[in-house]
Amino acid sequence: MAAAAAAGPSPGSRPGDSPEGPEGEAPERRRKAHGMLKLYYGLSEGEAAGRPAGPDPLDPTDLNGAHFDPEVYLDKLRRECPLAQLMDSETDMVRQIRALDSDMQTLVYENYNKFISATDTIRKMKNDFRKMEDEMDRLATNMAVITDFSARISATLQDRHERITKLAGVHALLRKLQFLFELPSRLTKCVELGAYGQAVRYQGRAQAVLQQYQHLPSFRAIQDDCQVITARLAQQLRQRFREGGSGAPEQAECVELLLALGEPAEELCEEFLAHARGRLEEELRSLEAELGPSPPAPDVLEFTDHGGSGFVGGLCQVAAAYQELFAAQGPAGAERLAAFARELGSRYFALVERRLAQEQGGGDNSLLVRALDRFHRRLRAPGALLAAAGLSEAATEIVERVARERLGHHLQGLRAAFLGCLTDVRQALAAPRVAGKEGPGLAELLANVASSILSHIKASLAAVHLFTAKEVSFSNKPYFRGEFCSQGVREGLIVGFIRSMCQTAQSFCDSPGEKGGATPPALLLLLSRLCLDYETATISYILTLTDEQFLVQDQFPVTPVSTLCAEARETARRLLTHYVKVQGLVISQMLRKSVETRDWLSTLEPRNVRAVMKRVVEDTTAIDVQVGLLYEEGVRKAQSSDSSKRTFSVYSSSRQQGRYAPSYTPSAPMDTNLLSNIQKLFSERIDVFSPVEFNKVSVLTGIIKISLKTLLECVRLRTFGRFGLQQVQVDCHFLQLYLWRFVADEELVHLLLDEVVASAALRCPDPVPMEPSVVEVICERG
Amino acid sequence: MEDDAPVIYGLEFQARALTPQTAETDAIRFLVGTQSLKYDNQIHIIDFDDENNIINKNVLLHQAGEIWHISASPADRGVLATCYNRTSDSKVLTCAAVWRMPKELESGSHESPDDSSSTAQTLELLCHLDNTAHSNMACVVWEPMGDGKKIISLADNHILLWDLQESSSQAVLASSASLGGKGQLKFTSGRWSPHHNCTQVATANDTTLRGWDTRSMSQIYCIENAHGQLVRDLDFNPNKQYYLASCGDDCKVKFWDTRNVTEPVKTLEEHSHWVWNVRYNHSHDQLVLTGSSDSRVILSNMVSISSEPFGHLVDDDDISDQEDHRSEEKSKEPLQDNVIATYEEHEDSVYAVDWSSADPWLFASLSYDGRLVINRVPRALKYHILL
Repeated sequence: MAAAAAAGPSPGSRPGDSPEGPEGEAPERRRKAHGMLKLYYGLSEGEAAGRPAGPDPLDPTDLNGAHFDPEVYLDKLRRECPLAQLMDSETDMVRQIRALDSDMQTLVYENYNKFISATDTIRKMKNDFRKMEDEMDRLATNMAVITDFSARISATLQDRHERITKLAGVHALLRKLQFLFELPSRLTKCVELGAYGQAVRYQGRAQAVLQQYQHLPSFRAIQDDCQVITARLAQQLRQRFREGGSGAPEQAECVELLLALGEPAEELCEEFLAHARGRLEEELRSLEAELGPSPPAPDVLEFTDHGGSGFVGGLCQVAAAYQELFAAQGPAGAERLAAFARELGSRYFALVERRLAQEQGGGDNSLLVRALDRFHRRLRAPGALLAAAGLSEAATEIVERVARERLGHHLQGLRAAFLGCLTDVRQALAAPRVAGKEGPGLAELLANVASSILSHIKASLAAVHLFTAKEVSFSNKPYFRGEFCSQGVREGLIVGFIRSMCQTAQSFCDSPGEKGGATPPALLLLLSRLCLDYETATISYILTLTDEQFLVQDQFPVTPVSTLCAEARETARRLLTHYVKVQGLVISQMLRKSVETRDWLSTLEPRNVRAVMKRVVEDTTAIDVQVGLLYEEGVRKAQSSDSSKRTFSVYSSSRQQGRYAPSYTPSAPMDTNLLSNIQKLFSERIDVFSPVEFNKVSVLTGIIKISLKTLLECVRLRTFGRFGLQQVQVDCHFLQLYLWRFVADEELVHLLLDEVVASAALRCPDPVPMEPSVVEVICERG
Repeated sequence: MEDDAPVIYGLEFQARALTPQTAETDAIRFLVGTQSLKYDNQIHIIDFDDENNIINKNVLLHQAGEIWHISASPADRGVLATCYNRTSDSKVLTCAAVWRMPKELESGSHESPDDSSSTAQTLELLCHLDNTAHSNMACVVWEPMGDGKKIISLADNHILLWDLQESSSQAVLASSASLGGKGQLKFTSGRWSPHHNCTQVATANDTTLRGWDTRSMSQIYCIENAHGQLVRDLDFNPNKQYYLASCGDDCKVKFWDTRNVTEPVKTLEEHSHWVWNVRYNHSHDQLVLTGSSDSRVILSNMVSISSEPFGHLVDDDDISDQEDHRSEEKSKEPLQDNVIATYEEHEDSVYAVDWSSADPWLFASLSYDGRLVINRVPRALKYHILL
């Protein structure tokens, strides 16, 4: 810090930079040096500067300071201090001086003794050194004598040494010569004993020498002999090689020896491969035999094991040996091997595929996956060894193909399971009903169907999941990490299944037998609820489950949940609408028959509600119960608790009067129309076959709307007598009494029934309506 | 587009019978029959003045009974046939008769300064289609191209072919056929095909459509379960001889090729209640009109199964190069079937719709409450078809 502060101004005051340069610079530099020193000794300048009040080291009055000046000090004391203090300081000083004197004395004594002992020691050392010098001199002279003697000895031995070296050389040469002369016999012996390796080694050793000295007749003879023997040796080796019976390692040895003998590599490698082919084809044949239809085929795991150990292992050995032996062959050799491996590999793959195809029908994935895993794992070794042959790629391809087929198989399975569920439901619905037991069955059936489908889906997912398990060797291939998960499992299997489910369900809506007899309405209702459940929860659950199990890496576009949900919802809506139509049709037909077949002109005065109306109410109640099992109540328009009574009075007295009264008065035929038109102006148009919402009230409203509209249209086609009209009145009131509770807006029922009665009145040449009270009595009695 | 606005005419009574005056090809004229059990029924002759958008009406009394069906002779403007109810001592009989309207009303130009009710004239009865043997005439159909001498009536399960003789004053039963089978079979509707020299008639009963040869009175084809429920009406394509449209209580309109009756060519499901009437436009058969008891009238463009699937094919002679180019362009783009318009002017069920015989771009619809609405094909579409 101090240095920095000191260095601060320096750049501004470089020499020549400013007029006062030299004068300003000298103290500057000195101070800097001081600073450095002080920094070194841990004294900071700031520290020094920070205590000007303390004892200044330069102060001449400081007793302990370096610049102490007695005169100045005394002067200062005398000038500044009073007498008493002077006296005190004097005594103090005297005491201090005395203490210092005694201290000095003890120090001097102590050091004096040490000096004396040191002097003694030095003197003793002087004597010892003198003695040592003498001894060293003697040693030097002795050494000189020794050197002299040794020189003389070596001079005398020189001659003999040279002769020994020469003799040793001659000996070695002779041994080599002996080896050469013995070579033919040794070789013959080796060949006889079958120690081909030894023989080849000897031959190798002698070859060069013989080559060099072949101009000498004796050596030429040896060489000729050797060549003959070697040829025989090669002959035998080939013989052995061709016989083939021995395993791959021995063959490899033979080839190695032959190569060492300088046989043509090209030919050898052809032969080698031909032999290997024979062996591997043997393996393939045995595999094919396992495939054959007659013997009970071993399970697929065993099959791949056999293939793995037999064929792939063999292929590995061959490849390894080949590469070791024929490394010198370069790319052409490698290419030959690759072609060889490719050809045999493809045959092997064909066999494996045939075997795997037999496995497609089976339900158990784990065995298949394990078999595929082994298959794939086994092929990794030759794959690494022979990258050019593309074996491991081909293997991966096979695995992928099998995986795809499995996915298709599972999709089929799921579809079949769904159809099976539907058949079960149909049977359950068609089964003879136990009295009172039929009702709760529907919710149970729904739960059964839902859970069984879900469990099928889960089982399929679990089965398919085996393909991506960590320990499976092919699970980290890009296909299994990406496409398999997203396109295969998610899109193909799950989304595909949900779609096909929706389609199957929708097909019930437009079944050709439009009479509605084809599918029981309860099934429509159940499917509709099922689809709705899928829309609200199940789809997202299944997809989440899938996404969790198969960490889908999102490079492929996948169908979003919302699209599927929309599809399911649309299906549910169509099914429910169809249900409404079918049920509405059933009731409509009843009403229509009842209107069309009756002779309304000559009917008797009504005493009862017609049975068909009771039947309509019963059926509606039954439908209400049925729908109530699966769908929530839904929202009604606000209504008073005493609804039926209130509306009845309005309906039968005021409104009825208002609407029928003008009809009798001949003067105003217009009024009926006018009134009904005005009334219609204020009521909304009734969409009869309108889409329904997913609740009970809406469904029932739809059914009742359809039925009542049918009643209206049928009534308009008939002509009524007085009592016919009254019967209609009674019937409508009866319906009014019982149907309002089912619909969302009871006003709707009133409106439609009003219109029925009004139309009947119009279709009556003699319209005399019944007294409302009588109508009431009849209805209550009925 | 002021003159695209619908023209509405109100009748005092309920009505469900409507027909264009078939023999009239200049003036736009419709006949409407009313249904009233208490008053004398009427036939309203409704003239529509296209230029001024004005309706002129004349009323004829039809005292015989309420009219269920009406059809005009294709040859004589003054002749028409009705099916009507006669109520007599707790019996309802539906009869059919041929009538002649007063001469001065034929052309419709007759001014009726007073209210119609005071000066109502009466129809002149030409002949009854004798129904002693058969009651309940469902409908009467004239031979479409003929001289107004042949007529077919449908009664219960019988199909009767009449010859009108001595200027229609006498009806002679020429031949007849009947539906065999169990149950009470009843014809609901029938149409006479304008093709094959007018030798084919199609009828509807319950859910079945049948074709008949009028020469032998034998069945030619039969479409079982043509609709899920009752078939209400049918009509022949005026330009494609094997095509036929039908409608019914399943809210659907179906188009059939009678050579292959197993499957409809096309199905429309636009209405939300029973479809009572279906009519092909007389000259542009892609225009199909339907009326339904959901109180709507729907005009559909069924280009793909019409006789002009690639738009109007213009003769090469009378068009310039430019037009040629345009028509080529048009023929390239496939045209889509669609609903042209939904007309919601009615408040009650629409039981009858029909095209005008004079103006191919104009049609009328009649609802039960007596409201007659005259509408036009949207102008844009009209030009699209013409150009």
